[in-house]
Order: sequence, then C-alpha cells, then structure tokens
Amino acid sequence: MMEQLWLIPALPLAGFVVNGVLGRRVSKAVVHTVAIGTVALSFLWVLKTLSALMPLETAHVERYGTWIASGSLEFALEFAVDRLTAVMLLVVTGVGLVIHIYSVGYMAHEGGYYRFFAFLNLFMFFMLTLVLANNFLLLFVGWEGVGLCSYLLIGFYFLRRSATTAGNKAFIVNRIGDFGFSLAMFLMVVTFGSLDFAKVFPAVEKMPVEAAAGVVTAICLLLFVGATGKSAQIPLYVWLPDAMEGPTPVSALIHAATMVTAGVYMIARSWPLFTHAPLAMDVVATIGLLTALVAATIGMTQFDIKKVFAYSTVSQLGYMILGVGVGAFGAGIFHLVTHAFFKALLFLGSGSVIHALSGEQDLRKMGGLRKHTPITFVTLVCAGVAIAGVPPFSGFFSKDEILLAAHHHHPWMYWIGALTAGITAFYVFRAIFLCFFGEYRGEGRPHESPPSMTIPLIVLAALSLGGGFLPVPHFLDPVFPAMEGQHESALVFVSVALGLAGIGVAAWFYVLRPGLADRVAASLGGLYRLVYNKYFVDEIYWAAVVRPVVGGSRTLLWRVMDAGVIDGIVNGIGGRARDAGRLVRLLQSGNIRSYATWVLLGSVFAIIGMGLAGGLR
Amino acid sequence: MSEHLLSIVLFTPLAGMFVLLLLPSSNRKLIRVWANIAAFAGFLVSLPLVFRFDRSAEGFQMVEKAPWIPALGAHYYLGIDGISLLLVMLTTVTGFIAILSSWSAIDRYEKQYYAMFLLQQTGMIGVFLSLDFLLFYVFWEIVLVPMYFIIGVWGGPRKLYAAIKFFLYTLAGSVLMLLGILTLYFQHHAQYGVYTFEIDALMQTAMPLHLERWVFWAFFIGFAIKVPMFPFHTWLPDAHTEAPTAGSVILAAVLLKMGTYGFLRFSLPLLPKAAIDPWIVHVMVGLSIVAIIYGALVCLMQDDWKKLVAYSSVSHLGFCTLGIFSLTPNGLAGSVIQQINHGISTGMLFLIVGVVYERRHTRLIREYGGLAHVMPNYAFVFAFAMLSSAGLPLLNGFIGEFTILQGAFEANRVWAAFAVTGIILGASYLLWLYQRTMLGRINNPKNLKLPDLNLREWAVFAPLLVWALWIGVYPKPYFEILEKPVAQLVERVRPGYFEAQAAKAPLEAAQAMESRMEAGIR
Repeated sequence: MMEQLWLIPALPLAGFVVNGVLGRRVSKAVVHTVAIGTVALSFLWVLKTLSALMPLETAHVERYGTWIASGSLEFALEFAVDRLTAVMLLVVTGVGLVIHIYSVGYMAHEGGYYRFFAFLNLFMFFMLTLVLANNFLLLFVGWEGVGLCSYLLIGFYFLRRSATTAGNKAFIVNRIGDFGFSLAMFLMVVTFGSLDFAKVFPAVEKMPVEAAAGVVTAICLLLFVGATGKSAQIPLYVWLPDAMEGPTPVSALIHAATMVTAGVYMIARSWPLFTHAPLAMDVVATIGLLTALVAATIGMTQFDIKKVFAYSTVSQLGYMILGVGVGAFGAGIFHLVTHAFFKALLFLGSGSVIHALSGEQDLRKMGGLRKHTPITFVTLVCAGVAIAGVPPFSGFFSKDEILLAAHHHHPWMYWIGALTAGITAFYVFRAIFLCFFGEYRGEGRPHESPPSMTIPLIVLAALSLGGGFLPVPHFLDPVFPAMEGQHESALVFVSVALGLAGIGVAAWFYVLRPGLADRVAASLGGLYRLVYNKYFVDEIYWAAVVRPVVGGSRTLLWRVMDAGVIDGIVNGIGGRARDAGRLVRLLQSGNIRSYATWVLLGSVFAIIGMGLAGGLR
Repeated sequence: MSEHLLSIVLFTPLAGMFVLLLLPSSNRKLIRVWANIAAFAGFLVSLPLVFRFDRSAEGFQMVEKAPWIPALGAHYYLGIDGISLLLVMLTTVTGFIAILSSWSAIDRYEKQYYAMFLLQQTGMIGVFLSLDFLLFYVFWEIVLVPMYFIIGVWGGPRKLYAAIKFFLYTLAGSVLMLLGILTLYFQHHAQYGVYTFEIDALMQTAMPLHLERWVFWAFFIGFAIKVPMFPFHTWLPDAHTEAPTAGSVILAAVLLKMGTYGFLRFSLPLLPKAAIDPWIVHVMVGLSIVAIIYGALVCLMQDDWKKLVAYSSVSHLGFCTLGIFSLTPNGLAGSVIQQINHGISTGMLFLIVGVVYERRHTRLIREYGGLAHVMPNYAFVFAFAMLSSAGLPLLNGFIGEFTILQGAFEANRVWAAFAVTGIILGASYLLWLYQRTMLGRINNPKNLKLPDLNLREWAVFAPLLVWALWIGVYPKPYFEILEKPVAQLVERVRPGYFEAQAAKAPLEAAQAMESRMEAGIR
C-alpha cells in the first residue's frame, strides 16, 4: 500500500520552484501564501499518512526506483517511515510551519522576500528527505542539501561581509564533517555491500563480535565526525555561533530546531551500529558532555542575545549527543523534540525583541521591555523555565531522562551534566532579566510585534510548557533497544535544585543587585576574558589551520613550486633549446667559404672516424 | 547511409568548415550564422548515436573499416563503445555551445576563427572514434593546430607565449607517445608477421613486463601532459588564461579528456601488465592525489578569476585519473562520468568568466564584487555552476566524485582519505571566489551598470544547467552505458576480478563466518 510519502518533501520543493521562478514578479502576499501553503499541505499530509499508518510498529517503506547503479552496487530511491521518522516529520513540518508563519511578520520590511521563502522551502525539502531516507546515501543528500540552505540563508544579507563569511565558514566546516561521513559510507559499502538501513543494520547484528569491533567502531567514529559538523559539537561547533548572521527565523528553524539536530537523528537512526561499538559510544558521550559544558560557560558571558542562545543551542545539542552516546536514544530524541519547541521559541522571542528595537541585539542596550512587549516577555519566560528544567515543564522531563541515563553510564557524567543544567538556567535567565527587567537602556520606542509573530510565540510557549507530557519516549520504545535503569529520585532533586539555583543567581545578579555581575567579572579577570573570548578557539583555528594553508599555498606551492620549480624547468628546457639553436645558427652564415671550411672539416672528421672504426683499410 | 553514421558524425563539422571557407569574409553575420548552423548540425547528427547505441552489447558498435595506407597496415577504422559515446556527445554539445558563445566575443578574422573551431571538432571526434592507432595519432595531432591558432591569434595579452608553450609541451608528449606506438607496432610484427595499427589486433601482442613498462611510460608522457597530470600541468593555466572564452571551454571540456581517454583506451587494455604493476599504480595514484590537493590549494591563492578555474581543472582531473588507476568498476565508471561532469561544470565556469570579461575586459577578481545586485540571473547561474563543481548532491559533480572515491576506497583506504580532502578544499576556493566576485556591495563604479545575461547567453547556459541537473538526479542511464566497457576494462587488467568479487560478497561472507562459528559451538 503506497502512502505517497514522496509528497511530503515534494510539496515544499514545488513551493521553492514556484517562488524561485516567479517570486520576483509577484506580490509578497502571493510569495508567502505559496511558501506557507506548501508547508501546511506537507504538514497535513504527514498527519494523514501517520494516522493511516498507525500504530506503525514496523517501518513502512516505499521504493520509487534506483538512483545509482554501478557495478554490484545499487542505491535505491527509497523512503521509509517508522516511529522515529514519524516524530521527526511532526517536529520538522510542525515547527517549520509555525516559523514560516512567523517569518511573514518578521521579514515584512526586508528585501529579497521571495528569495527568503524560496530558500526556506528548499530547506524543508532537504530536511524532510533527510528524515525520510531509507539509506545512508539519500540521507546524505538531505544532509548536504540542508547545509546548502543553511549557507544560503546565513548569507541572506549578502551585503554584509560578516554574513557571507559566516556562510562560507558554515559550509566549509560542515564539509570537514562530511569528510568523515563520506569515508563512513565508503567503509560501509566495503563491509556490508550496501548503504540500505534494511541491509546494514541486520548485517551488524549478525556479525561476530570480534569481526565487528574494529570496523564498526571505525564506521561509528567517522559518522560521528559528520555529526560534530552538522550538530555543532567540539571541535567543529565554531560555525554555529557565527551562523546567527542569518535572519532570526532561520536561526530558529535551521540553527536550533531542525537542521542542527540532524546529527543526533543520524546517530539515533544508526543505533544498531553504535551499540556494537562501545568505544565509539564513549567518545560520543564524552564529546557531547564536554560540548554541553564548554558552550554553556561561553553562553554566560555573551551580550548579543542571539549569541547567548546560539551557545545555548550548542550546549543543548551536547546534551542530546550525550543522551544518544550513553545509549538513551529515546531520551536524546525526546530532548530533540522539547528543545525544538523551547529553543525555537527563544529565538523567535529574541527575534520579536530585535524587531521591537529595530535591529538591536545587544543585551546591554535593552532592559525593562516587559512593559512594552508583554506577550514576548511572557512567552520567553515560558521558554526559560522549560530549558532550565523546572518541573513540570518540557525540558525537565527530557533533560532528566538524559542525565539519569548518564548517571547509569558513569556517575561523573551526571554531575557534570547537572552542573551544566545550573549554568544553563543562569545564562537563560540572565538574558531574560537583562532584556525585560530594570530600566530601558536603549534609544527608540520599543513596540510589541504583530499577531503573525506573537501567535507563533504563544503556540510554541504552550508546547514548551506542556511538551514534556507528550509520550515521546514511550512511543519510541519499539524502535530503540531497551534501557535497563532505575529511577533515582534523589538525583532528580539535585538537578532541579541546581536549575533553580541558576535562576536564583541570575535574579540576584541582574535584578536584585545590578552591577554585581560586572564586579564579579572584573574580579575574575583573566578567566572571565578567556571565557568571554570563547576560549580563543576561532583565533587558534585561524592561526593553526587557515593561515598556514592559505599562506603556504600562495608562497610555497604557487610562487615557488609552480611558477618557480616546474615552470623554471620547462622554460629552462625551452631556453636551452633556443640557446642550442642560436649556437647552431652561427653555422648558417651564408658565406660560401665558411661552408667550404665546414665541409672540409666534416670530411676530415668523417674519414678519421671511419678509420678509427676500421671502415677503411 | 546509416552504416556510416560515425563517419557522418565525424565529418559534418569538416564539411561545414569547407562551406564556410567559400563564404565571403566580408559578410561577418553570414559567417557567424553558418558556423552556428554547422555546429548545431554536428550535434544533431550525433544524436542518433544515443538512440542506436546498444547498452547491453559488448565491444565496439557501428564499426566502419576500410584500408587507408595498406603498405603500413593502417586502416580507416572507427567504432564506438560507452566511453567514447559519452565523450563524443560531450564534444558535439560543448562544441556547439562554444561556437554560440563566441558570437560577440570574436570581432576579427571571424572566418578563420570559426574554420579552426569546426576543424577542431572533427579532430576531437576523430580521437574518440578511432580504433586504429595511427588514425588516432593523426587526429590527436590535428587537434593541436587549431587550438594553437585559437590561443595565438584570438587570445589575451600573453597569447604567443601561451600558445607556443601549449604547442611544444603537447608536441613533446605526443612524440614520445609515437615511439610507444611504434614499439607496439614492431613487436606485433615480430610475433605475428603482420604490420597493423588496429587496437584489437595490438591487444593480442604479448610483451615482457619490462617492455610494457617502457611503453607505458612513453604513453604516459603523452597522455599525462594532455590531462594534465601533476607535474606536467604548467602549460594549462597559461593556455586557459590567454585563450578566448570558447577556446577555454573546449580546452577544458574536451581536449583534456583526450588524455584520460588515452589511458582508458590504450594504456590499460594494451598494457594490462604494466597497468597493474604496483609501482606504476602507486606513481599514478600518487600524482593524482597530489594534483587533487595541490590544484585546489593553488586555486585558493589566485588573483585571476580564469586562472583559478584553470587550476581547479588540475584538481578535478586528478579525481578522474585517480578513478582510472583505482582499477575498480566504480572508479572507472566514476572517472568517465566525472570527465563529462568536468566538461559541464568547468565549461560553465569558463563561460561565466567570459560573460563578465566581455563586459569589463578584466579577469582580476578584485575588480569585481557585488555583481549579484546588478546581475541576479548571472549570479544564479554562477551559483549553480559552483555547486555542481563542488559536488553537491543532486547535481552532477557529486555522482562522479562519490563513485570515484568509492572505487578508490575499495582499492586503498588511505588514497580515498587523502582525496576526500580535495572536496573540502574544492568548496573553499569556490565559495571564496563567489563571495569576492558576487556578494557584498559594489565597490567598483564600473560594475554598477553591467547588464544581466541576454537571451543568447541564456541559450548558452541552459543546456549545461539541464545536463548538470539530469546527471545529478537521474544518473542511471550513464551507468548503464558504461557498465559493459568498464567491466571489460577491469576484466582485461585484472582477469577474474568479477568472479572473485561474487565469491566474497561481504554479506554472505559474514553469514558464512557466523554459520561456521555456530557449527563450532555445537
């Protein structure tokens, strides 16, 4: 039975084509009607399909043909839906639809309106392809495609050099991740003869443990290199904070709710591989945890509201990666879902603030906005309590599931994760307090955003508050291996207490004792500067990688090697030939007597030569 | 008529050239129109090849054979297989596009220019169709002449230096290649008592390994200069930079492929022992990987837009030779597809430089910037070409690179790992070029009034855009066309390869191991 799954990505693709071709000639109303309409239809088609396929205990597969067939290899055009894909489809189309609607208000005064919506639709196409793909190659198509859209949308304001540079950085850093992903695919083809989920995963199960250990670990580590790029983990996270150059709806949709979670999805999807590679799992968990902590500390010190939330995204992605790394795949995906709600809300809310202040993003120039933008204020607080893990809001459930699984894995992972939760609560409420409390420190007249923006905020706020009651982990039970574990209710209290403490400290610093934060920062001196400057990672990469490559290429390779050595030799040969020609040319003097002399000399040499050779006797 | 299809395809451009020579030089419009008609006719007559080609047949098809120089045993011997079919189609399509793109760029000696182009078309098609080594050699040399004049007469400021460098470089290579051909020729005579240049006959010649090695290196010089492989590539940036746009397009799209085609058609099948000689394979792969990375790194630093595209060819052709010498079905099929892809993508990139060069008469990157404002359609086409060249999935480049790298990985994992870095660098130099030329504000007032693409320019790009998308989305027919010739090549160089592969299909192997283990437990 065909459910025409292909329609789900094809609808936004159609929107992209229509707006791409005609968008310049039609009114803004037509542009956003097409863009939102196709995404809405796609969302409805997801609902229809899923209701028809429920309870979806096994995957529903649809095959449309062969894409590449080379030698013994065959890569199919195949989409599949199982419960994991179902969750992803709902998040992508649902949150995507909300953000499309929000963009109408946010982008109303921007140039390139059709371009924005066309790219957004193209993104939906690739993201939906990514989650529907039934083999790694097709997943990679979506993976690269969302990267392209990310590049296009980060550089949307292409007059700004910082924006286009950030776009390049995102693309190239992701390419470094793709290096790992590609090699993982090649290794899978060599090992399993296929990239189909339906062939690779059962084959891993059947592999004898000794044979599997090395090669599967290698595959998993290479896949994880890909994930560190897309999901912004150490050491490749550096592109995501810069990606905030894009319009805020893009930050919400691509760089918070959906695309950056592709790495988490990919690892969860590949759990049969990862569970056979405990070493790789440990690497994944450790990197995730480390990323969560490091990014959270940076988030404490930033003053650009979007940068705070960007580092927060990196940190929260670290949690998800930690979750899948300790084998709590369901919890990782659950956190992906709740994070999609509250982080999209944080970005859209900050977008509403920026919109209210006509483009101001510096927290130091905000303050007191709760009177001017009440809806934005209330919704952002909803997002804040959700991400801070205050019960019973959504982040509490998903984060605690991850932390408990981490404790089961290694208790120290729990403690670092819980500490990070406290830091998270602190930096989020620091931003909220700086923005909405105290006195207004900027110029201009702030105003609340139009309903097309506030209604999406309210929808997401409801989901952020109540999303924890969605039975996502239970729904995903049939997909993932069972976690054995026991509930340590004492630990739950610890992390909640740390979260509340973080909020309390933020309130103490920024509401009750304004100015205290600056004094603390000053007393920390070098440590503060280190964190404020993001541990100088960008500068280190620049000095250690970019400059040597670029400079070395110019001087050593091009100037010295190409123009100097190789062309030197070539032109040298040419020059010697010309010199030889010049020398020989002297013989051609046109003087009969000199020719006669040469003839005579030649004859003498010839006779002597023949004599020596014994020719004359 | 129909049994002479290959001859018709081969000589249509030449016939067009002869008619062109009869036209009055003063009537420039007529000359242009006729040249375009002749080139388009060349494409039209080649179309039936696609439909009449039998994908399931082994060996050469539509063969034509007649004595040519009986005293030497040379034949007029043409035939086509999947590899040459794709390259001939690439030639006829890009030939027509190149001629169309010259419409307003060439404003002196039009008659001679278009005559040279049409002659060159016949020469290149001849190279891909010849099954007689001497006939091949004649076409190979014929191609040199028009390109020499195209660069030397209609080129940029340093055109003479570039043209002579191009000519001497490639001539030196082909002389050595001729020595190799003659060695084969005499060896064959010594063994069979017949003088012949037919490739299928020469394939029967058995030579000791050391001699095969020598002949391989003789061929190598000829082909490697043409490709060009590192370190024989330094003629390329000069020739490309100085050539007129259409010359660069043909040079990149087709002429370079004569070198890779030479490896596929001659080096591998005629010298199978040398071709799997580990030392030779390592040198060839090593040079390919160096070309991939080195070419890309040098691209990063170019100030000259056209030179950047030229160096990117070195990098891309490195992938093609890597695919060939991986000696796996994936590597070889990917290599041929990548040769087509390179023709499409790099052809487009050269045309893109040509568009602004015609408007501004400079190739320096820093003269541009922010062109996307005044030329949005142009910016779109450039972005498309850039992504196709950078190997983005659903466009052509990805299909070729992925298959080549898969093939290389099967042969040796380290090779593939090195080559993949070329993809990172490829994205870097292209994105940076795009940023510097198209994005940002317009700082140079001369660029404020640049007109966007006109209808003729759209007509030039449209077929290439469609082709790039076609290969990216639906590459299946290409793999089908290549399946037989590639399998034949692999079987020739590595006899028994496919049987061995079938025997150790990985999944079954794992299952077999498991069942053995179970048996052991019991």
